[in-house]
Amino acid sequence: MSSPQSDRLDDRIDAAWIWDRIARAVIFVGGISAIIFVVAIFAFVAKEGLTFIFQKLDLGFFFTSMEWRPAQEPEPEFGGLALIAGTASVTGLAMLIAVPFSLGVAIYIGEFATGKVRETLKILVELLAAIPSVVWGFIGLTILNPLIIDLFNVPVGLTVLNAGIILGLMAAPIMTTIAEDALKAVPDSYREAAEAMGATRWQVIRQVVLPSASKGLVAAILLGVGRGFGETMAVLMASGHAINIPTSPFDSARALTATIAAELGDTARGSDHYKALFSLGILLFLVTFVINLLADVLVRKGASDRS
Amino acid sequence: MVSTASSLKLNVKDLSIRYGSTLALEGASFAVRENEIFGIIGPANSGKTSFIRAINRMDEMTPGMEVRGDIEFNGKSVTDWRNLYALRSRIGVVFPLPVGLPMSIYENVAFAAKLRGVKGKADLDEVVERCLTRAALWDEVKDRLDSLGSLLSGGQQQRLTIARALSQDPELLLLDEFSIAVDPVTTMRIEEVLKELKQEMTIVLVTNLTQQAQRLADRTAFFLEGKVIEVGDTADLFKGKTKDPRTTHYIEGRFG
Repeated sequence: MSSPQSDRLDDRIDAAWIWDRIARAVIFVGGISAIIFVVAIFAFVAKEGLTFIFQKLDLGFFFTSMEWRPAQEPEPEFGGLALIAGTASVTGLAMLIAVPFSLGVAIYIGEFATGKVRETLKILVELLAAIPSVVWGFIGLTILNPLIIDLFNVPVGLTVLNAGIILGLMAAPIMTTIAEDALKAVPDSYREAAEAMGATRWQVIRQVVLPSASKGLVAAILLGVGRGFGETMAVLMASGHAINIPTSPFDSARALTATIAAELGDTARGSDHYKALFSLGILLFLVTFVINLLADVLVRKGASDRS
Repeated sequence: MVSTASSLKLNVKDLSIRYGSTLALEGASFAVRENEIFGIIGPANSGKTSFIRAINRMDEMTPGMEVRGDIEFNGKSVTDWRNLYALRSRIGVVFPLPVGLPMSIYENVAFAAKLRGVKGKADLDEVVERCLTRAALWDEVKDRLDSLGSLLSGGQQQRLTIARALSQDPELLLLDEFSIAVDPVTTMRIEEVLKELKQEMTIVLVTNLTQQAQRLADRTAFFLEGKVIEVGDTADLFKGKTKDPRTTHYIEGRFG
């Protein structure tokens, strides 16, 4: 006999309870495996590169010499300065292009555009972010290359300028999206209060919205820098891939990432050259890790300051 | 003395406000005189805040808000102002919930003056001290003017908001239920300030406290369900000399 009272005390394991356990287990495995993969990747890169770095690589030479001759017999040379300069110059130029561009678009979408225009623009920006990097590289190779040669009357168009423009265009969409999120997180009441006092739209943006979104905006820029550092294919195709410390935007350059991509296939597994490429990987990993960490800290700090 | 026409600060003519298909205010017509405190009382959703927002054309930043009819400010329709920002700078607004802008207390109060082009440190200092004193906040914050305005307590932030509105040297001050976030003692102090301010400016006071209107307002309007039921001398309304029985009912607390 079962009364409503005894139903309430019926402590039976039912389907909902079982599904809850299963769902928890699946989610736990998913979450933990993401962490395991990251750690495993780092461990693998470190294992291949770290012993080489400590035992054979002359770090002083690596950071001061541009002689990158990893296949030279009998004494290979591992000078990374040109590669570092290549990555830095291409990323720097890319940010010079992408920062004003993406902040401008973000301010337009976030503060001025309304209704359909706004929605359409947001979708377009997200679409741009989905273009594969090899397509960007192709654009650099076939469109920007002849354009630069014609416009500036230079012999080669595969240069820091070319790669910087391509990389800037690639990084801009993600930077725009994050910057726009930061602007959207500024409460409307701030805008209203300032506008009610007679501030123009520009004064409101300049003196109220941008300062209170500043941390998110910096994070957007840092993520763009991280994107630039890590980009490989487009830079390989557009930069000219020449070992050279560029002194002008019209010089060719070679990036750390592109070097790994281009040379890894030619190396014997376990050779010094192979391990040297992994050291480049560790350097990239550390730099992007620091940049992303910085961005993350700033985003969180921005969020907690507002609340 | 000025002529009758220009001694009207606001002249509201057949004003209707709608949000999409919802009518917030319908066919409102009344006038606010120079240097009076004009009270607006009425229950929630009676169109009080919508009216306040229409005066300084806040509808232009509210999607879907549509204003018909006319509000004359100093005898000129607010929609005829080409420089919207100049219009707004002459009207101070205090919203129901305080908004401390994300800058220092000093910068909050110096903001309007800086927009006007005041640059000298001494001039800005004077504005900040005068306005904070008037808003009954100076003593509490004078030692920490550089700390963030948004870190103040709710009541302090509301007084900061009032100080900021005063820093505009407005001709017209719109207060929209300013005492919601303020404790009773501070409310009384601000009410004393408002009585003094009447010498210098016109004040429109939207309040959900009928006693506040009774204490402060020279004349009072009763809004109900988007209609202006009646406008009259506050003393008369509170003595029961009303044209519409609903006004008396509301004042006596029988509904709303």
